[in-house]
Amino acid sequence: MNPWNHDVAKDEKDLIDVQVDGVWMQMPRGLNVVEVAHRSKKFIPHYCYHPKLSVVGNCRMCLFEMGTPKMGPDRKPILGPDGKPEIAWMPRPQIGCATGITPGMGIRTDSALVKDCRNGVMEFLLINHPLDCTICDQAGECKLQEFSVEYGTGESRFVEQKVRKPKNVDLGERIVLDDERCILCSRCIRFSSEVVKDDVLGFVNRGSHSTLTAYPGKRFDNAYSLNTVDLCPVGALTSKDFRFQMRVWFLKETKGLCTSCGTGCNITLGSREGKVHRLTPRENESVNSQWMCDYGRLNFHYLDSKDRLHRPLLRAAGEQFPGTWGDAIQRSAEALKKVNPEELAVVASARLTNEELFVLSRFLRELGVTRVDMVPHQGQGDSFLRSGDANPNSRGAELLGLSSGGRKFGTWGAEIASGKIRGLLIFGGEDVVAAGIPASALQSLDVLLFSGILANGTSRLAHVVLPAAATAEKTGSMVNVHGRLQRMTRAVPAPGEAREDWTIIRDLREACTGGNSLHSVEDVWKAMGAEVTQFAGLSWAKIGDLGVQIENDLGAIHEKSVKA
Amino acid sequence: MAFTEHRLIFKHIDAPGYTRDITCYQKHGGYEMLKKGLTMGGPAIREEVKKSQLRGRGGAGFPTGTKWSFIDPTKVTKPIYLICNADESEPGTFKDRQIIYKDPHQLIEGMILSCFANGVKLAYLYIRCEFTEGWKILENAIEEAKAAGFLGKNILKSGYDLEIYVHRGAGAYICGEETGLIESLEGKRAYPRIKPPYFPAVLGLYMCPTIVNNVETLCNVKHIVEMGGDAYAKIGRPNNTGTRLLCVSGDVVKPGYYEFPCGAITLGQLIYNVCGGIPNGRRLKAVIPGGSSAKVLRAGEVYKIKEKDSQGNMVDRDVKLDDLRMDFDSLAGAGSMAGSGGVIVMDDSRDMAECLANISTFYAHESCGQCTPCREGVLWLKKILSRIADGQGRDNDPDLLKDVADRIAGRTICAFGEAAAWPVQSFLGKFKEEFQIRIRRNGAAAKRDTVSLTH
Repeated sequence: MNPWNHDVAKDEKDLIDVQVDGVWMQMPRGLNVVEVAHRSKKFIPHYCYHPKLSVVGNCRMCLFEMGTPKMGPDRKPILGPDGKPEIAWMPRPQIGCATGITPGMGIRTDSALVKDCRNGVMEFLLINHPLDCTICDQAGECKLQEFSVEYGTGESRFVEQKVRKPKNVDLGERIVLDDERCILCSRCIRFSSEVVKDDVLGFVNRGSHSTLTAYPGKRFDNAYSLNTVDLCPVGALTSKDFRFQMRVWFLKETKGLCTSCGTGCNITLGSREGKVHRLTPRENESVNSQWMCDYGRLNFHYLDSKDRLHRPLLRAAGEQFPGTWGDAIQRSAEALKKVNPEELAVVASARLTNEELFVLSRFLRELGVTRVDMVPHQGQGDSFLRSGDANPNSRGAELLGLSSGGRKFGTWGAEIASGKIRGLLIFGGEDVVAAGIPASALQSLDVLLFSGILANGTSRLAHVVLPAAATAEKTGSMVNVHGRLQRMTRAVPAPGEAREDWTIIRDLREACTGGNSLHSVEDVWKAMGAEVTQFAGLSWAKIGDLGVQIENDLGAIHEKSVKA
Repeated sequence: MAFTEHRLIFKHIDAPGYTRDITCYQKHGGYEMLKKGLTMGGPAIREEVKKSQLRGRGGAGFPTGTKWSFIDPTKVTKPIYLICNADESEPGTFKDRQIIYKDPHQLIEGMILSCFANGVKLAYLYIRCEFTEGWKILENAIEEAKAAGFLGKNILKSGYDLEIYVHRGAGAYICGEETGLIESLEGKRAYPRIKPPYFPAVLGLYMCPTIVNNVETLCNVKHIVEMGGDAYAKIGRPNNTGTRLLCVSGDVVKPGYYEFPCGAITLGQLIYNVCGGIPNGRRLKAVIPGGSSAKVLRAGEVYKIKEKDSQGNMVDRDVKLDDLRMDFDSLAGAGSMAGSGGVIVMDDSRDMAECLANISTFYAHESCGQCTPCREGVLWLKKILSRIADGQGRDNDPDLLKDVADRIAGRTICAFGEAAAWPVQSFLGKFKEEFQIRIRRNGAAAKRDTVSLTH
């Protein structure tokens, strides 16, 4: 996935001596000086360098002072009183990104020369910069701003006319470019050509007039284009979706998962006052590195959809009316008691979390219901991050015994028509009408319960509609198509009276069977670990921010089965 | 005192009746050295080149034999490429084009010998885009050489194969920087590569070992094969061997191109004796001795030059500008460089602020824009200098110029940063008072004022 991985040592045990700001330490051979400084709790500022992209060394911000061991006439290093090599310092500064460490190397990250180099680069970068931070979306997470404070000078000596370049350039479907803000680091060009293999970006013109642009006639709108907005160290590339929406320093950051497909890219949800404003990838080398697809990144606006279910709905006289949760749960329980468990079918969406699915499986066992399945969703997979399985938790649903991959579900339309199924419970908002069960069949059911986040063709036919929380609004875990158990945390509260599914199922269960011993996520994990071998020994805490591999990577096989 | 040229490379150039076709070239002994070289064998040629102490003629003056020795054809498994850098574009330099336009086969013979010596099977001749006619001449010369069996498969039945392709440059000064040239040849923007790791000898063209040599350098190889490395090294001075092509432009009576043994004449002799002195009764004010990138020398300056005395000890000798030898070490000793051999002479009517503004305009136009200090700094320099030249200078401009130049030099990807900063540093270092006076007399009235210098 990452052709470079400059931050990963080939062999963490193959250590060599280097001196960083006067202190001798051991660092893995092969690492570059920027990474070595980072590991030694120093920081070498940089713009163009990125550990997952090729090294071009164009920004010159990472200049450092380099020394090599002084050699005696016997071609052996001359040792000082401390037994370490004496260092001969080079007069010319070197770039940290392109310089791999060698035994006995001296590194100065903070000398007068280094400071002057950085100060010079900062001044150069700003002379033709529009300095429009007040209206720039990057403000608050801008490397120009940050390094200016840290390494720059408060005022400019530049009194000439600035270079004018194109502004508000419509670079692609989702991205706007401001060429005057661009510092020409070429990260976006490299990402596009090296990681996505979509070589459409490049520079035209020369010198200070150099301008980032897309190849004539081409648009920059590949499926991963928005990653360049993250990579852009300044405000040159902005997301049409996010620009001018929210100051980044107001955003609360929550660690979560993208649930738009089975890959489960690790993400950070940026929210303010209960509203999600953006999703950005969160680094996980076992899943998505530092990237995510544009589709997943932008697939959160449904949270504010006008179709969002805010209150429980109860059907009376052929219409749905808002009701209280108490009424809704009671109506549901009464209706369920009237149906023979053998005539009940339950949709357990593979968009639900493991915890929710587990509580559901307990409930169904108590009810004696065996007819349960998920609804498969086939997505557009690619060879990079996107999985062909559009459900985020198909593997979890399988592990918890609630899924036959849609095989059972495929027969339910006929079984409803023949009267074998008299009641249908839908958890996770699946629109079974869209999935092939005719509306007329649903209308013949004695019980149709729907729990979900958005109104759809199925919810409108339900006897009781229970408004649920979306993934951004709940805490839980999922298993991705590659068999990795990962967790997400609630970023924003569910709107209106909508509730997390596990509390809905818990309350229904109490009302129907009286049974409930699962009051917390720890309870759920204790019980799940006892029942599901893959979850044995695990707990919420043990999953960690980066997840745990619990099964072999059978993703490819699984995707095939979904497609079939 | 007469100063007769020692024409080695330019031997036939401009000679009456000499034409650039292969017949004429062969009539004058052309391709005989190829025959000799093929029987000598590659290692022997390399040895002779090393013995000759030939230094690269493109500007940096790096020893050619050493450059070649970075590649061992017996050990390298990848293809080895040789590129002739014919992207002559240093202001004040017009030597390579004489060779290309008037004696192309000399270059081709030198190239074939150099390729043979280094196990090269495929070579490129990267010619400056603006040399439209030169491109056609070279294409034609290569066809002639092929037809005569000097190029292509099984050259002169030796079993050695070589193809040379002419590639027209991308129309930028930076295409002459050797790694920029390689990028350009690969079809990309001529962004110079970072060194390390991309030393051409290791990771050059298509990431294969590559030798990049200047036109004049490659021509010299033919003469080294002819006379042997030791004999060649006797021309010129120790460590400054062979002849040097000098391009003289600016305020001299007879500007033009000349060829002398390295260091055989002084700067004063070149200006006053060879080029007929300064016209219109003017006096010398300054001279840039090695192309526009080289640091300027001011009339009347005296330099401490390290030289060997009769006992062989290194001693400092005071040398006046006029007495500076035109060779690598003397000009470097004077704080400038022999560079590309472009000698630009300025008389006392020249306004140094305008001269420098002119030079900086060139560099601002040609900065490739890849790395920050050069991209932003060089245009900044140009803007300040243009402002001064327009009579809008400010008091702190000279200090600011120097500071900006100091923050470019030594911090860029390629030597362009130095090339652009050195003129500014040296002009300001040596003519600061002229800039200050110019700035003080703000306004249009000051525009034609210059300082009279006496020496």
